[in-house]
Amino acid sequence: MHRVEIEKLTKFYGERQVLDQIDLSVSDHEVVCLIGASGSGKSTLLRCINGLTEFDEGSIRIDGVDIYDESFGRTGLYKKVGIVFQAYNLFPTMSVLQNITLAPIKVHGRARADAEAAAMKLLDLFGLGQYAKSYPEQLSGGQQQRVAIVRSLATEPEVLLLDEVTAALDPELIGEVLKIIHDLKQTGMTMVIVTHEMAFARDVADRVCFLDGGRIIEQGAPRQLFSNPENPRTQKFLQRIIESGRLAALS
Amino acid sequence: MTRRPGKGRRQIALKDRLTPVLISLASVVVVFGAIAWFVGSAPQWPRIQLQFFSIEAMVEAAPGVARGFLVSLQIWLVSLVCIGIWALILAIFRAMTGPWFAPLRVFAIVYVDLFRGLPALLLVLLFGFGIPALNLPGLPREGLFWGGIALILSYSAYATEVYRSGIEAVHEGQSMAAKSLGLTQWQTLRYAILPQALRNVVPAMLNLVVALQKDVALLSVLGVRDAVREAQIYTARTFNYSSLVVAAVLFLLATIPLARLTDHLQRKDRQRRLQGAL
Repeated sequence: MHRVEIEKLTKFYGERQVLDQIDLSVSDHEVVCLIGASGSGKSTLLRCINGLTEFDEGSIRIDGVDIYDESFGRTGLYKKVGIVFQAYNLFPTMSVLQNITLAPIKVHGRARADAEAAAMKLLDLFGLGQYAKSYPEQLSGGQQQRVAIVRSLATEPEVLLLDEVTAALDPELIGEVLKIIHDLKQTGMTMVIVTHEMAFARDVADRVCFLDGGRIIEQGAPRQLFSNPENPRTQKFLQRIIESGRLAALS
Repeated sequence: MTRRPGKGRRQIALKDRLTPVLISLASVVVVFGAIAWFVGSAPQWPRIQLQFFSIEAMVEAAPGVARGFLVSLQIWLVSLVCIGIWALILAIFRAMTGPWFAPLRVFAIVYVDLFRGLPALLLVLLFGFGIPALNLPGLPREGLFWGGIALILSYSAYATEVYRSGIEAVHEGQSMAAKSLGLTQWQTLRYAILPQALRNVVPAMLNLVVALQKDVALLSVLGVRDAVREAQIYTARTFNYSSLVVAAVLFLLATIPLARLTDHLQRKDRQRRLQGAL
């Protein structure tokens, strides 16, 4: 069964159409990367999946259930689908541990000791254990983003959405964040990733979707899409990426 | 090539640091010295000194004025606590979106428009004389109580706006993150937004604290024996205004350190934001 099923998704911002009849399904354990120029609708699509952004037409189902179905209750969808943002969005007045345990304790009613133990286990797993008592502003961008990933994992989501999570980072810090995502793929996490890191998309994705003007123009296995793009617009986009030196030319 | 932090370098640095300080000091002494000499040599000065700066009168008036000043401080502190809480409640009303909270939102907006638009003195007179005159059973009748209420109502309107600006200054990504974690709107405010907003508004709030400290004097029109009232009483008896100068000095002693503290916090806040932007 598909974890995520998106059907004929359409959204307008005022007069401007940002999503145009998008169909996309994501299987269990699959990693799908969305690529495309700024304004192509990638981030909007991602935010529709966990209900952060409302859409005008179409439907989204998680495990076969519509995301606006009452059976999700108020918090069910947020528990199933986690999201990590470009700007980390950690809460600056809380320590790393408080950031991570906030939702498990306040939203999902876990006991504090229980939630903290689980959080420490996750932090240790990602090599962040020594920062549990630190505050976000004391950490580097890469560390903050790794903490943000741990925070979204703390509610044990079944699908993880990553919205340009390395776009705000210095080049030397990108690697540590990408490594975590690689590790998550190994554990079988289902992920939808919006990224500008083409080399990373090529490595981590099972499938890459190229968006342009609110439509999925072309999709396929990374090897195929990056080496032999069929659509002229995909070709043009990838050509620009290669020319700017962000992706080694593929033979 | 090796770079040694030699002794000479540091001496030059020290001299460089001292020169501007000395220039500032000298210019301050010259300017204010000139003003003092000019004022002191004016033919009217002895009369002014007798009316406003008579040491004898000051000593005589001091105990009464000081007692009044303590009353002022008490009113100030109690009002501060009430304003801080009441304005926060109003700001939260204002920040709650969603159709069910519309009445609270409208209430907060109308409240702020109303009380920010009226002179504090008018409210003090209205409440301090008007309500006791109604003789309502079960309600206190002292001007002090109702005057204090008027101040609290008036200043809460300003404080609400300060809180609101602090809440709105918190980046939108914060509430998005909170929502994506499943927090309710109230939980988002309580755990994510308000702690940051409160930190943001401390300097602006301290400005209100200083302003309120002075406006407590408005209650003197109700006959509350605060510092200004006590000073007036002395003046009425002796036709000497030195008692008001004593009250003025007391007010300055309280407000100037607060103003410096505000400046300091504002500077620190600016530095923190600049660092955050890097």
